[in-house]
Amino acid sequence: MSAPAIALRDVRFSYRSGPEILDIPELTIARGERVFLFGPSGSGKTTLLGILAGILTGFTGSVEVLGRDVSKMSGSERDAFRGTHLGYIFQLFNLIPYLTVEENITLPGRLHPARAKNIAEARAVAKRLGIEHLLGRAVTQLSVGQQQRVAAARALLGAPELLIADEPTSSLDFDHRERFLELLFENCALSNSTLLFVSHDRSLATKFDRQLSLLDFNRAHRTEAAV
Amino acid sequence: MVLLSLAWKSLRNRLLTTSLTVLSIGLSMALLLGVENVRVGARESFANTISQTDLIVGARGGSLQLLLYSVFRIGQATNNVSYESYLHWKNHPAVSWTIPYSLGDSHRGFRVVGTTEDFYQHLRFRRDRQIQFAAGRSPKDVFDLVLGADVAQSLGYKLGEKVVISHGIAAGRGIADNDHKDKPFTVTGILAKTSTPVDRSLYIQLEGITAVHIDWADGAPPMPGEETPAAKITKENMKVEQITSFLLRCKTRMATLQLQREINTYPEEPMQAIIPGVTLQELWRTIGYAEDALQVVTIFVILVGLLGMLVSLYTSLNERRREMAILRAIGAGPGKIIALLVLESGLLSLAGCLLGVVMIYGLSVIFQPIVEQQFGLYVPVQPPTATGWIYLGSVVVAGLLIGFVPAWKAYRNALADGLSVRV
Repeated sequence: MSAPAIALRDVRFSYRSGPEILDIPELTIARGERVFLFGPSGSGKTTLLGILAGILTGFTGSVEVLGRDVSKMSGSERDAFRGTHLGYIFQLFNLIPYLTVEENITLPGRLHPARAKNIAEARAVAKRLGIEHLLGRAVTQLSVGQQQRVAAARALLGAPELLIADEPTSSLDFDHRERFLELLFENCALSNSTLLFVSHDRSLATKFDRQLSLLDFNRAHRTEAAV
Repeated sequence: MVLLSLAWKSLRNRLLTTSLTVLSIGLSMALLLGVENVRVGARESFANTISQTDLIVGARGGSLQLLLYSVFRIGQATNNVSYESYLHWKNHPAVSWTIPYSLGDSHRGFRVVGTTEDFYQHLRFRRDRQIQFAAGRSPKDVFDLVLGADVAQSLGYKLGEKVVISHGIAAGRGIADNDHKDKPFTVTGILAKTSTPVDRSLYIQLEGITAVHIDWADGAPPMPGEETPAAKITKENMKVEQITSFLLRCKTRMATLQLQREINTYPEEPMQAIIPGVTLQELWRTIGYAEDALQVVTIFVILVGLLGMLVSLYTSLNERRREMAILRAIGAGPGKIIALLVLESGLLSLAGCLLGVVMIYGLSVIFQPIVEQQFGLYVPVQPPTATGWIYLGSVVVAGLLIGFVPAWKAYRNALADGLSVRV
C-alpha cells in the first residue's frame, strides 16, 4: 500500500516566540479515509491545516503529506504541490469576486496545468455538484449554499488526493448542510480523495470514518490546561 | 497569461477606481506630451520664422541685434548700409536673390518696413511657405502700402484707406510732430496670415521711405511750409541712399561661408553677415529655459498621477486579503501574488499612457488651427516624438516599479495571513 495521506511525528510549532500551539507526537491518516477533526477555537486547528497545506513553515519534527516530506520542499515546490494535489475549502468567501463561477472553478487548473486537463472536467465536477446551470454567473449573484458548492467544485477539480475542508458547512442551514456533505462524500469517493473535515459541529461527526479530537493528540494544550 | 487575465478582470471589477486612476494618469500624460509638442512646435516655428535665407547682412554690430531687428522687428539698427554696397552684393555672382529692408518708421506701434518686390517673391517661412495676399496687391507706387495680417486685423484698415506713418518707432501713438502727415500712404494690399513677425508690420517701397524723409535734415522734420509736396514725388525721382539690412540667398549652400567671410571683410564699408539658423539657435538657448521649467512641472504632474495609482492600489489591498488567501490556497505562490499586483499597476499605467496619447492627438487635431491663429504657434499633429516615446516608456516602467510597493504589502499580508483571514 502507498504512503498514508498524512503522517505527522513529533511536530511542534509556535508563532515567533509565542507559546507552543502544536505538540503532536503522532498522527496518521490513511489514503481514502474520511476524517472528522474537531476541537474548540484556539486549539490549533487552523495552524495544523496551514502546516498540512504547506503554507506555514518553521515547525520541528516530520510532516509527510501524500508521502512527501513537507519540510524538505522549497517554497515554490510547496505552492506547486498544494496547487496540484490538494483541494481546500474555506468556511466562507471561497470565491474570487471578479471571476465567474466557471472561471473560479477552473482557476487551479489554469495556475497548475498538471491539475486539470480541460474545461470539460470542470463542467463534469460542476454537474456532479448540481451547479452546472450557474457556470456563467457572477459569483456575487450566488447564495451562500451555492457559493460553497462552487468552492467544493473548485477543490475537487482534477481529483486531488487530499481534500481539506475548514468548517465548510458552518454557514449553511441544516438541509443544505446534509446535502452538501452527501455531495462531498460522493465526489471524494469518486475521485478517491482523502477528506480531512474540520468542524466544531459534532452532530456531523458520526457520518465520518473516524473522529479526531485535536485536544486528544495535541499535547500543547494539555500542558497549558494543566498550568 | 493567467495572471494577466486575473489582473485585467480584477481591474475591471473595480471599474470606478480603475477608470479614475487611468484618467488621472492619462490627463497627466496628455499634459506631458502636449508640453512636448508645444515645445517642438515653438522651437520649429521659431527656427522657421525665416527659411531659405542663407545670410542676413547689415552694418557691423551685434549679430543678435541684427537678427532681432531684421527678422523679429525688435530693437533697431545703430547704422545703415549704403545702397551701393547693397547693390554690390545683390549683383554678386554667388547670390541668387536678396531682400532689402529699410527700417525706422512706424505706424501706431507697428513697424513700417521699406522693401522691394523681392520681399513678396522670395521670402520663405516654415520651410517653403511664401507670402500670400489676402486682398489687393503688392505696392507699385511710392505711396502704396501693404498691411501685415495682424496690423490689418487690429487696426481694421481696408483697401484704399489713407495711412500716415511716423518717424521713429515709439510704441503706441508716437510723437505727433514726427508724423509724416503731409505724405499719406494708400493701402493697396493686405497680407495673409503667416504666424511670423511678418504679420506685425506695414510694408512700403524703399522709395517710399526716401520720400517721407526727403526734406528731413539731421533727424529733424522740415519747417512747416518747406515740405516737398507729395504730388511732385514719383518713384523715378526718388533716389534710395541707404537701407538697414538685407536677407540673402546664395546660389549654392557651399558658397554661404565663403560669401559670409567676403562680406565681413568688405573693405568699402564695415558690414557683417550672419547665418540665421546659428543665431536663432543662440537666441533660443537664452529664452529656452522657460520650456525646461514647464517640463519639470509636468514631470511632477505625472508623479502625482502615479502616486494616485499607488494610493488606490494600496488601499484596495485590505479588502483583497481574502482574495490573496484564496489564491494562496489554490497554489499561487507569493511570487504570483506580487506579479498580479505589479501587472495591475503596469496595466493601469499602460492604459493611462494610451489614453494620454489619444487625448493629446484628439486635442491637437481640434485645437491646432485655433492655436496657430491665436498664438502664431504651429503645433504639429504627429505621433509621439522620440522624447515622447521616452516619456511613455518611462511612465509604464515607473508604473510597474510602483506596483512593487502594494505587491510587497500584499506579499507580507499573504505570508502573515496564510489561509486564515478572518472576515
